[in-house]
Amino acid sequence: MKDRFNLYRFASPATFYPLAGRMIPWFAAFAALFGLAGLYLGMLVAPTDFQQGEGYRIIFIHVPASWMSMFIYLVMAFWAAIGLAFNTRLSGMMAQALAPTGALMAFLSLWTGALWGKPMWGAWWVWDARLTSELILLFLYIGYMALVAAIDDPRRADKAGGLLLLVGVVNIPIIYFSVQWWNTLHQGSSVNLTKSSMAVTMLWGMLLMAFCFWSYAIAVALARVRSILLERERHTDWVKAELLGVGDGERA
Amino acid sequence: MIYWNSFGDFIAMGGYGFYVWGSFGLTVAIMAIEPVLVGRRLKNTQARLKRQLRAESRKETA
Repeated sequence: MKDRFNLYRFASPATFYPLAGRMIPWFAAFAALFGLAGLYLGMLVAPTDFQQGEGYRIIFIHVPASWMSMFIYLVMAFWAAIGLAFNTRLSGMMAQALAPTGALMAFLSLWTGALWGKPMWGAWWVWDARLTSELILLFLYIGYMALVAAIDDPRRADKAGGLLLLVGVVNIPIIYFSVQWWNTLHQGSSVNLTKSSMAVTMLWGMLLMAFCFWSYAIAVALARVRSILLERERHTDWVKAELLGVGDGERA
Repeated sequence: MIYWNSFGDFIAMGGYGFYVWGSFGLTVAIMAIEPVLVGRRLKNTQARLKRQLRAESRKETA
């Protein structure tokens, strides 16, 4: 019973705000460490690819950015579902804090994909299933941010944005399985649970970069959610206590 | 352990330098700028709300 109580405590903005502040430096440090290790393995140690030469090294950011663009959307849809079902305050703020980073990841996925596609396929862009569905993902992020920004009442903005997120989630399996469902120019997945088509150093370089992007996204989203928390809760006692350092014995 | 023979080889990326560094360059730039903007937004929000709250509490006591 005591554990349950503690878990709910973190869902309260007053507890979450300082907790997020304490977590940010850790995730930022993880991002830097994983990033340096991943770049070292991927850019300095990993051998060349026998088909694509050195051009394949774009994979070390293209795949992590693409994974994150899909994963962040799933996390936002999860928070949207929680928010719509339980009417929790924090859920909508979490979704909003993640959206710009998710949009940047989708953009980076397309950008690095274009720079990879040009030398390998001879085209910056093709209207292929994988590329088109990833572009739709970018538009979903932008549409969500525009919709939420256009509605003045934050609770109604969360509800409308949450619905958009839940409808758009159908796009994620389409992106993920597009290379299997349709004939496509895009290569299949490089990582497989049973056997991988990559050299060990390449695989580790890519996984380390994925951890880096993951930690980065968490750190940035936590910092953004703190701003949103202060904005939305500025009339509450905990914000007063937090900013002016008065009253409130609850702080650890 | 290092794969490259020279720094020039590393920069050239076997002829793919433009594509590889174009990808990494923008990614690094975005991942450097976004945290700065987010951090600045948080600092600005904290400072502005602090000012507002102080002004309100002065009004209440006066």
